[in-house]
Formats: sequence, C-alpha cells, structure tokens
Amino acid sequence: MFGKIDEMKIVKIASIVLITFVIVVGMVIPMVAVPQTFWQFPLIPGLEEKARNIFYHVPVAWVSVLGFLISLWYGFRYLQTNDFDNDLKSVSAAGLGFMFCVLATVTGSIWAKFNWGSFWNWDPRETSIVILLLIYGAYFALRSALGSDEVRARLSAVYSILAGLTAPFFIFVMPRLVGGLHPGAQGDTSGSTPVAQLHMPLNMRLVFFLSLLGFSLFFFWLWNVCVRAARLEQTIFSNKQ
Amino acid sequence: MKTIAAIVAVVSKDVRSELRTRYALNALLMFVLIAVATILFALRDDHLSSDVLAGMFWVVIFFTAMSGLSRIFVSEEERGTTFTLQLVATPSVVYWGKLFFNAGLTLLLTGAVAILYIVVFPAFVVQSPSIFIVTLLLGDLGFAASATILAAIIAKAHSKGTLYPVLSFPVLIPLLMTVMQSTAKALDGENISDAFGDFQILIAYLLIMAGGSYLLFDYVWKD
Repeated sequence: MFGKIDEMKIVKIASIVLITFVIVVGMVIPMVAVPQTFWQFPLIPGLEEKARNIFYHVPVAWVSVLGFLISLWYGFRYLQTNDFDNDLKSVSAAGLGFMFCVLATVTGSIWAKFNWGSFWNWDPRETSIVILLLIYGAYFALRSALGSDEVRARLSAVYSILAGLTAPFFIFVMPRLVGGLHPGAQGDTSGSTPVAQLHMPLNMRLVFFLSLLGFSLFFFWLWNVCVRAARLEQTIFSNKQ
Repeated sequence: MKTIAAIVAVVSKDVRSELRTRYALNALLMFVLIAVATILFALRDDHLSSDVLAGMFWVVIFFTAMSGLSRIFVSEEERGTTFTLQLVATPSVVYWGKLFFNAGLTLLLTGAVAILYIVVFPAFVVQSPSIFIVTLLLGDLGFAASATILAAIIAKAHSKGTLYPVLSFPVLIPLLMTVMQSTAKALDGENISDAFGDFQILIAYLLIMAGGSYLLFDYVWKD
C-alpha cells in the first residue's frame, strides 16, 4: 500500500470528490416536514436543520477512533516483528487520530451548545471522546519522555494496547452507568445499540455513508503522506550520524 | 510450586525492603492525612450527599496511590537492581510478585482512608458494609492490576512523577466510575443485589487488565 503512489492518487481524488459532494449535497438538499421526492430530507422535530451535523461530525469522530485502532494494530505488529516501520505507521496514525479527535470534540461541543443548550453535558459519548483525547495525550506525553527509539516504540505500543483493552467498558458499560443525550443512550426507546444512525431515511443514510467513506479515504491519504514523510525524516537522520 | 515459591520470594523481598526504608508507606500515609485534611477544611460543615462523599473517597485514593504505587519499579531502576532481578527471576514471576505487593499496599491504603473517613465525616456512614467491603476488595485488585504495569512503563521514562497519573487516568476511568457508584450505593444502604451489576464490571475489569498486563509485561520488562 505504501510507496505505490498511483493507488494513493486514486484514494486522494476519490476522497476529495466524495467530501465535496457530501458538503454540497448535505447543505443544499432542503428539509421539509413531509418529504415528497428523493431530494428532500425529513425535518426531525427537535433537531431541524441541525441534523445536518451528522454528515460531518460523526465521520470525524469515526476517523478519530479509526486512527486509534490503526495505531494500536501497528503497535501490536511492532511488538511481533520489531520492525521499526510499524512504529512509524503507528505514530503517524495516532497523530492524525489526535487531530480528528480534537476536531470531533470541538464540532460536537459547538453543536451541543445549540441543540442541548450547553457546550458540555457529560453525556457518555462526550465522556468517551474526552477519554480518547486523554489517551492520545498520554500516548504522546509518554513518547516524549522515553529516551531511546527502541524503548519508545515498544512501551508506547504496550500503552496503546492497554488503553485499547478498556474500550469495551466505554462502548458497552458506560452508557448503562450514565444517562445520555446521544441516540442509543440509556432511556432512549428507539434502540440501544452503539451505532444508532440506522433510523435515518434512505437518502440521508446514503449521504452519511458516502461521507464516512470520504473521510476514511481522506484519513488514509493523510496517513500515507505522514508515513512517507516520517520515513524520509528517519533516512536523513540516520545518514547524518 | 516452584513458581509460587519464587513469587512469594519476590513479594517478601519487597516487603522487607519496604519495612527497612519505609519509603512508600510513610509518604503515602502522610499524603492521605493531608488530602483528607484539605477536604475537611473545605467541606466540614456541609451536608454532603453520598455521591459527593463516595467521589471524594476515591479521589483521595486515586491521587495517593498515584504518588506511591510507582515506587515498586522506580526504586529498582534507581537502585540499579533491575538487572539482578531480571537475572534471578522470570518476567511472569516478577509481574505477579509486584502485583501482589501493590495490591497489598492499595488495600492498606484504602483501609486507612476508609477508617479516616468514617471517623472524621459524620455523613460517611456505611449502611451496607457487605457492598462496601466487596467494592473495596475488587476495586483495589483492579486498581493494582493497572497501576503495576503502568509503573513498569513509567520506570523507564524521564518525568516519572508527573507522567504516572496522566497515563493511569484514562485506563482507570471505567474502574473509578464503577467504584464511585457502588460506594455511593453502600453509603445509601442499598441491598447487595443492587450492586451485583457493578461487581460484574469490576471483576471483568480485573480479569481483563491482569490478563492483558501479564501478556504484555515481557515487552516492558526486557531491555
């Protein structure tokens, strides 16, 4: 996957096309109380035009989790293989995931101010994203505090696996402990799965999944650029010595 | 049998060295006193709800433990005895030995905090002791399981003292949220069957973290 620039070009162009499409379509299509054609979204009481946030905020949050999972996976691969390239992939994915995590927190918080009345409500999903932010923060703090490259790669991989072990508690356990505002939280009658977007009509669902795909491809393209840059940096650094 | 004897040897070596130097113990107990005194100055006259008291109880335990539990590996690193230990014992023996020592230290610490709270806060009345004791036991074991492997990681880092709570907090949050909730239940005097859900979470946490860190410890311990 890395090094073959042609493949990455397809990913890059596809992500640009998809995200542009989603931005235009998600904003332009009108919301009406009773949709007549395919080109109208239903107006959900209590959400109204603010429902459009789902096309942008949720994919960003998804990518921040994806970044963590990829970082964890390549950390695990590093422990298995001792191949330093896996550590580069791991730390690049973590850096990007951190950026998307900040974006998801900020966009979600602004949206919450207009929909739920305050910037922060300690809803389970909000708590989880803050904990993801803390994990990313701790991961980079740990990396900067470790001296040699080998120890840094090994221990940060162990830490991200340990942090990943607690994920089931946030997905399955915490929504039961804390009442929430997101769909799928305790007391929500429409369903209690972590993925609660499936009650959308077909056209919204289509835009949503295209957005998810677009943002994921965008992440992979950025990740590829970061990994190649990190490899070059490492080559230059080792030539200097 | 040989493994168990080796684990016992590691624990007794740590206990003996702790009793000789009192390095962690004295500092920890003073820390508990200071933290509880600070809370008393702030909240003495208020009528506190059981949620607030349970939260304050675990806040004191969290920060006290964070100031002391990393000693177990940091002291080996500082005294330069890590290599000796690597030579004489296998990684899993070292892990279980350190885990049991830390679990004992956490239990001692939690016991001290519990007695202090019961004495100084009139509102801190444990109405269902069974929930309280099971919560403390399971919570402390889970706490020690996470804290031990993180202490082993932190022993290799530069800024040990500040980094330890930073690393531990995200990993410990599921445990802390659960023990705070079930401690509040113990103070409210709820039936023990109401807390079974919390106990299940604590047991799951303990098994996942102890098993996971047992598997990962080799990578942390070897140089």
